[in-house]
Amino acid sequence: MSERRIRVLVAKPGLDGHDRGAKTVASVLRDHGMEVIYTGLHKTPAMIAEIALQEDVDVVGLSILSGAHMELFPRVRQELVDRGLDNVLMVGGGIIPGDDMQVLEKDGFAKLFGPGTNTDSIAEYIQTEISKRWAAEEAQA
Amino acid sequence: MTETKPISVPQGRQAWEAALEGGKLRDSEFTSLSGSTLEVVYGPEDACGDPAEDLGWPGQFPFTRGVHPSMYRGRLWTMRQFAGFGTARETNERFKFLLDHGQTGLSVAFDFPTLMGRDGDDEMCRGEVGQVGVAISSIADMEQLFEGIPMDEVSTSMTINGPAPVLLAFYIACAERRGLDPAVLRGTVQNDILKEYQAQHAWLVPPEPALRMITDVMEYCAEHVPKWNTISISGYHIREAGSTAAQELAFTLANGLEYVRRGIERGMDVDSFAPRLSFFFDSHLDFFEEIAKFRAARRIWARKLREEFGAKDPRSWMLRFHTQTAGVSLTAQQPENNIVRTAYEALAAVLGGTQSLHTNSMDETLSLPTEKAVKIALRTQQIIAEETEVVHVADPLGGSYYVEALTDKMEREAEAYFDEIERRGGVVPSIDSGYFQKEIHDSALSYQRAVESGRKKVVGVNCYSEGEESLEIELHRIRPEVEAEALKGLASLRADRNAPRATAALDEIRTACNSTANLLEAFITAAHADCTLGEISQVLRDEFGDYIEPKIL
Amino acid sequence: MISWAENGHARFPETLEAIWSQVGRACRMGITGPPGAGKSTLVNELARMIREEESTVGILAVDPSSPLSGGALLGDRIRMEDRTADSGVFIRSMASRGSHGGMARAAVDAMDVMDAFGMHDVLVETVGVGQAEYDVVAAADTVLVVLCPGAGDGVQAMKSGLLELADVIAINKCDLPGADRLTSDMQEAVHLRTAGRDKWASPVVQCSAGKREGVEDVLVAVKSHRDHLSDTLPDHRRQKRIQQVRQVVGERLDESLWMKGNFGDQVEAMLCSGITPYAAARRVTQNLLKSAQENQSSEFQA
Repeated sequence: MSERRIRVLVAKPGLDGHDRGAKTVASVLRDHGMEVIYTGLHKTPAMIAEIALQEDVDVVGLSILSGAHMELFPRVRQELVDRGLDNVLMVGGGIIPGDDMQVLEKDGFAKLFGPGTNTDSIAEYIQTEISKRWAAEEAQA
Repeated sequence: MTETKPISVPQGRQAWEAALEGGKLRDSEFTSLSGSTLEVVYGPEDACGDPAEDLGWPGQFPFTRGVHPSMYRGRLWTMRQFAGFGTARETNERFKFLLDHGQTGLSVAFDFPTLMGRDGDDEMCRGEVGQVGVAISSIADMEQLFEGIPMDEVSTSMTINGPAPVLLAFYIACAERRGLDPAVLRGTVQNDILKEYQAQHAWLVPPEPALRMITDVMEYCAEHVPKWNTISISGYHIREAGSTAAQELAFTLANGLEYVRRGIERGMDVDSFAPRLSFFFDSHLDFFEEIAKFRAARRIWARKLREEFGAKDPRSWMLRFHTQTAGVSLTAQQPENNIVRTAYEALAAVLGGTQSLHTNSMDETLSLPTEKAVKIALRTQQIIAEETEVVHVADPLGGSYYVEALTDKMEREAEAYFDEIERRGGVVPSIDSGYFQKEIHDSALSYQRAVESGRKKVVGVNCYSEGEESLEIELHRIRPEVEAEALKGLASLRADRNAPRATAALDEIRTACNSTANLLEAFITAAHADCTLGEISQVLRDEFGDYIEPKIL
Repeated sequence: MISWAENGHARFPETLEAIWSQVGRACRMGITGPPGAGKSTLVNELARMIREEESTVGILAVDPSSPLSGGALLGDRIRMEDRTADSGVFIRSMASRGSHGGMARAAVDAMDVMDAFGMHDVLVETVGVGQAEYDVVAAADTVLVVLCPGAGDGVQAMKSGLLELADVIAINKCDLPGADRLTSDMQEAVHLRTAGRDKWASPVVQCSAGKREGVEDVLVAVKSHRDHLSDTLPDHRRQKRIQQVRQVVGERLDESLWMKGNFGDQVEAMLCSGITPYAAARRVTQNLLKSAQENQSSEFQA
């Protein structure tokens, strides 16, 4: 009997190659006991959703610094929904103006993290949210 | 009156050490931004270099003190603000604005589709056209970008790498259409693919064919565009990806030496191309560490070029560099503080002897800079140049025990990295195995941990923070119509051009890929035939294959 | 379903029941070798070739968990990037989660699931670093060991253990200096082990997966091993299933005795009486066997 572990997909949608943040967050989540799948760079929304499906992840985290978040984030979300993955916890980070964060958080993203966010707080946020969900699942079962 | 005897140095040191003992300190450890331990004070015994051999004089080998005899008395550095967004027409307007405000060189920022060698109408590019830079897919876009700007008078820097030879071809072809001889063109194309695999990740094809194209550029320009800087060997992105100062220095110079090796292997005389290699460094917040880095860079390059590669032209020995202040040092919190950070970083670059400088705008962690923020950034440089009076004296920190000790240390650390890279089979095998990428990631992670544990302080982030702040900065947003306009431009270009001529030019590239022909020449022909960047890149990917990053996590 | 297998979820065994008739059709290949040998790249290229033959491929990429946090970074997919867009390929990353036997079981379960869902070929990739990883690949029909020249002293240390498992040996990055030497060393080693005996002599094949050279030869060698197995394959697989049952029995026993029962208390009492741990273990085993014989309905019976 293994214990259940949080599986997170850290993904880089679009063409930007800035992966410092994504890799740092991936390492920190690993250090918080999560199993992190990193997609590598330059992924399309469809590829990200397909990976999320195959890897059966609990969380999808998107990192983007190209300014294309308003185009790419909702498309990733849509591709996930198309695959029946609407209950995956969606988070994101990068250079995202506050107004855009608000729009995205209304549109299926649980939380967006801006520059200067403490990485431990990202891990803690995910842990809290997922344990709530797992508790709810267990209550249902 | 009793005579006081002078105290000898060792006696003085003993007294100082005794006084230091038991004194209360603010912290248990004092380190540089890169994490190396610092002494309380530095003395003559710490800076043990030979003044004649290791320092020399400004404009003299080994150039530790600068590349010009009079430094900024002769000419100030070029104030070059990187700009580009939206369409070619909008960026053209920003260029004219900057030239009107006293900027002395142009610097083009491209959008991600262009950086990755794709046309705006490529499916991979949705939402990215014109976002972080200007979209340039053809010679027509390039003509619009420089409309009304005298290409024979300005010097232009283009920050592009994987497809750099193609963009340079657009620029040269554009000048030719205006009836200019390419020999008059001045400027720089970044064209530094090695650091793309290491840090920045905008590549087109695998390392070997990419290096071949770069060597083609060096060869072609040596003959036809002699005032063009063919590679801007860049540490900036390595640093921004999280490396330490010493890693930035070592990896950048290792890349530079690799390009020199490739040129020599091609059969070129080192002095025919080495003077056109320039460098691009980051200037971060650790003031003295940065100045030491710039000084060490000049000394190492001069020694390597003269002693290892037998260069005879002093211009081959001189490391000339552009500097940009550290984007990663800016904070989204209390963004006005970024003006102050940038000012210190800019001052370090000037005291370190930079040839040109870009100062970041305070709002860049939030979006592309607004005109007002860009203007303040430019004024920061002008204040250093006009008001601080630091520009009158060359290498003003030369001889400082601390700076000399740091400069020596930088050089030693770089040499140790050169040995390690050598042991791993050279630069390309070290890229393939992910060595650089892993080193950079490890440094980034340890810095992040230092900030989060509070060992390193960032004002407004982990100290003096003001909680949730509402931003009062006006943001620069890209017009949503930009993508549609770019698509329309591409469609009409494809409809209007001479199709058989374009196809023939692409076939010529395909043939050139599999021979020893100069690819830049083939790209210029294709530019005149209105072939697009995406079309040319596709031929290159077909012939040379894709590149997949190694796993380092 | 693979997650259920990984988490030891109670619903896995019953679900497996439902798909069991579909299990056993796929060819299973285990790929292992030292870090940096280019396994993921080779797997990617093998998958490409298999896809060109119109077969579907399941790939299971196993990476070690961090011993400190229990978390893991699973990045093998990066090297298989151009397979992600292909609907005929299913890639799953799995962390070793430290529990040795558990990972091997979960990996076999995952292979069963991919097999049942119609993957013609199932490839499992793991870093050859320890017994747990060996167990994973050993559950495959054919074990491919990937080595490359200059991978350091670790290779020497691992060679003996790895070689015993190998049905096919691939010398990757064969354009690097030292490749020919490594190839002949390996051929020699295989020869020493198999000469004069009626044993499969593992072919040693050179390739350069990054340059797409020689990968076909690797696949040919794997297929020849498969042909060699053909008659004995059912027996070969049954032997491995026996191992699997044995392992699951062990896990179940362990779980029901130690986690659910009050076994710990009993043993504690025995130790307090001053007997040695061996004496306590002997007493426990005897009691268990006796009660198993007496009590036919015991859950220890599989």
